[in-house]
Order: sequence, then C-alpha cells, then structure tokens
Amino acid sequence: MAGPMRIRAASADGVTEVRVLMSHPMETGQRRDSSGEPIPAHYITELTAKHGDKTVLTAYMGPSVSTNPYLAFKFQGGAAGDTVQVSWVDNKGESRTDEVQIR
Amino acid sequence: MRKKLLATVVGTAAVLAASSMTSAQELNFDEYRQMLRDGNPAELFEMEGEELWVTARGPKNATLEQCDLGLGPGVVEGAAAQMPRYFADTDKVQDLESRLMTCMETLQGIDSKEIIDGRFRQGERGKVAAIVAYVTGQSHGHKINVDLSDPKVKDMYDLGEKAFFYRTGAMDFSCASCHSQDGLRIRATGLPNITTPEGAAEGWGSWPAYRVSNSQFWTMQHRLWDCFRQQRTAEPIFGSDVTIALSVYMAGKGNGGEAVWPGVKR
Amino acid sequence: MNIQRRDTLKAGGGIGVFGLLVAAGMIKPGAAIAARDQAMFSASSLDEAFQAMNAGTPTESGDVQIVGPDIAENGAVVPVGVTSSLANVEQIAIMIEKNPNMLAATFALPAGTLADVQTRVKMGQTSDVFAVVKADGKFFMAKKEIKVTLGGCGG
Repeated sequence: MAGPMRIRAASADGVTEVRVLMSHPMETGQRRDSSGEPIPAHYITELTAKHGDKTVLTAYMGPSVSTNPYLAFKFQGGAAGDTVQVSWVDNKGESRTDEVQIR
Repeated sequence: MRKKLLATVVGTAAVLAASSMTSAQELNFDEYRQMLRDGNPAELFEMEGEELWVTARGPKNATLEQCDLGLGPGVVEGAAAQMPRYFADTDKVQDLESRLMTCMETLQGIDSKEIIDGRFRQGERGKVAAIVAYVTGQSHGHKINVDLSDPKVKDMYDLGEKAFFYRTGAMDFSCASCHSQDGLRIRATGLPNITTPEGAAEGWGSWPAYRVSNSQFWTMQHRLWDCFRQQRTAEPIFGSDVTIALSVYMAGKGNGGEAVWPGVKR
Repeated sequence: MNIQRRDTLKAGGGIGVFGLLVAAGMIKPGAAIAARDQAMFSASSLDEAFQAMNAGTPTESGDVQIVGPDIAENGAVVPVGVTSSLANVEQIAIMIEKNPNMLAATFALPAGTLADVQTRVKMGQTSDVFAVVKADGKFFMAKKEIKVTLGGCGG
C-alpha cells in the first residue's frame, strides 16, 4: 500500500500555495526487470485537490511524470486552519487520500 | 524499441554527455539542483522515520523517544550535526546509524545482527534509513560540529584519514583516488575534494540523500559501501569501525560547513 | 470502440469503478473539468496531442512561460512548471516532444486557481518541452529546450 502524501499548504496575501509529494513508483510499463520480464505499468492517472468542498485542481497524469511525484499549485482564498484534501487514483485502481490544514 | 527505452537512454545520454557537453559551464546543474531541493522526495522518508521514532515496536514494544543521540534522551534537533561522537554507555565512537542500532537494541530489543547482516533498503536496515532521514532532517541548516578535542574521536579521525588514502583491491584504488583533487568528475558528476574543508563539508553535509536516478534514499553507510563496491574491493561491514572512522574524517574535516540534510542527488 | 478505449478498460482491470465509468464516458467529474482523455495520453506526436485536445495549432505566446532548468542532471526527474498571465486559464498541458509517452500531465483549473503549476517529469533525452494553455476557449503555447544528461554510476 502506498505511503502517506507529504502535503504542505501555506496561505499568504489571499493566495494559498499547495505542495504535494506522493509516494508512488510511476512505472512506465516500458522497463524490464533483471530477469528480462516487463515491469507492468503502474502510475497515478488522476489527482484531485479540494479546499473544503470546493475542487481547486484536477490533474491527469501519464507515466512520464517522475517517480514519487511532486505537484505545486496556487489558488485564491484559503485561510490558516482550513483543510486541503488531496486524493489520487492510479491505473490499478489503488487510491490514497490525505489532508492537511493550511498554515 | 520502446521496451528498451530506459536502458537505451542511459547509454546514449552518457555518450551525449561525453561528446557534446564537456565544459564545466555547460555542465552547471545549480539551477536544476535548487529546483529539486524544494520538495525533496526524501521528505517522504522523513515522514516514515518520524512515525517509526514514536511507534512502539520490537520485542520490548517500546518507542525510540528515549534514545540518546548525544544531547540527552529524546533530543533529536541538532543531534546529527554533532555526530559521530563518543558515547560512554557503549564506550564507542558511533555514527548515527550505529547509535540507532544501539537504541533499537536496548530500548526495543531489536537485534543489531539483523541490521548488520541485512540488506540496504530492506527490513530493519531499511527502517534505520528512514529514521536517519528524520533525525538528519532535524539538523537541516545546522553547522557540522564534530568534537575533535575528544581523544577517542580524534583517534577515529586519524584512522579515517589513513583509511581514506589506503589503496586496495584489484584496481589499486583509494577514496583519495577520486576525492583528493579539485574539479574531478565521473562523467557529468562532480567529485568533491574531501581533503579540503569545503569538499568535506559538501560531501558529508549532503548525505543522506534521495537519489533521483533510482528513486532511493541512501544513508552515508550506504554511500560508503557503494564507494568501496565501485573501487572493486572488499565491501565494509555495516556500521563497522572503518565506516565510522571515514565518517569522522569527513565530518571533522568539514566542521563548520552547513548540513543540508537530507540531500537530493542525481 | 477504438483500441485506445479498450486499453483503458483493460487497464481498469475490474477495480476502480470510478475509473471505469470515466473511461466508458458514463460520468464526467465536474462541469468545467474533462475526464482523463486516453487519446491525449496515447498521442505519439505533438499534432496528435493537439488534435486530441481540440487545440488546432496553438498560438505561440509570450504570455505562457515554462519554468524549468536549461540542463537537467538526470532525466528521471526534471522540474517543469507552467505559468501564464492570460485571463481565465482553464487547462494546462505539459508535453515532452521526444518522449514515447509525450503528454506528461494536464491540469484542469477551476475559477480561482492560478495559472501556476509545477511538477516533475521523466525525459528520455534532450527535448523541446511544450506547455499548452487553454484560456477563454483559445489555445496558446510555449516551448523550451531542456538538455538532459545522465552520467556516472556514483552519486
């Protein structure tokens, strides 16, 4: 099972910056292991970030996104103490949701 | 062709690096490295390590919160910057990893043998690495400050200096073969000159690190082990005196430099 | 049913009901937000990707910037960001021209989210990186060459 995300959300001058690190192999499906067997593709396909109930970003990814993906974005609004929630789902149907309070 | 992508890429990129981009100016990765530092994936390992620090584990079902890293039981902030150091309870100079083995054994009842005989990134040795990420992260930005006035530490420094210059193996290599001159590279990778305070601080102060080439987190014990492997000589035992001596030499030589732990590497 | 669509369903593998429904076009998450478009992610050329985005040929614009290094030490992790001063940006896409999986990521930006996103991508070799931005229904783009070197066995 994938480990927790590292989410940081900081608010300044009416804009909240969110930075997310995800724990995920992001296998392309084009590599082979040491015995020559293809390593199946395994990558995050979709990520959703919410501020409270409002979706503030949807990202769609392909296998060209790096292992242990990083994502940073900014939205207007958000105050210290508000919750930012990030969810991802991958091509195998695995998923993970974590949240953090804006500081 | 697609299937061989990564293997092919590694080969061609190395050749490209050699043929078309050779001047130091063209190989300036400062901008790239700076961009990776913000959001260093090593933070994922720091999180795991912090969790392990406070989780009751092992035959004694205890946490590591009473572990003494030299600044008193449970004091983590700044502790790694002053290691390796002499510990009276073990009567040994210990680096962070060997000290963590002591804490895991005494507090949690986890047999050090399992870690010493284990494999990097796996089992309890893998957990030690995550804890290293957490503990070193708590010294991020601190100055390297190893106490060379302690005679036992100084003895290890002297031993480490000898080990650094000791030529061995089929290639007749020493650490110094690659790390005692300025401006050397292996392909595009700069090699710090460990015999200078700046180079020693650069080396000691940037490991442990997340390696983007393989998405792995490597501790200094892992880094040193791989240096020996690349010298094609006998690989050192995990946490052994020679690894700690080399660490004292690097850390002591780099005293006063900044620890940017955990680092991020190509 | 085209081949790409079938691959999507197969990749779903009996798990992730949401993903299956999206793949089958049965649900669309949010009005302004398009579902992950497999045709876009299967594109093997810029033109194919533009076509899949219904972007025509995007206009090169100084109002779209790619934030990234001129040279990357390792192609496994290359920081790439996109910013734009255009109003009403609703979609941003990052493409690596010489990658087999050319489209790295797309972002759907609801109102209130700034046109300023960063991620990290794999690059198989030195390549032009394209940022495509949809603003007020029109497509604009910028490109930047990022050199990639992978060398050495140490670290």
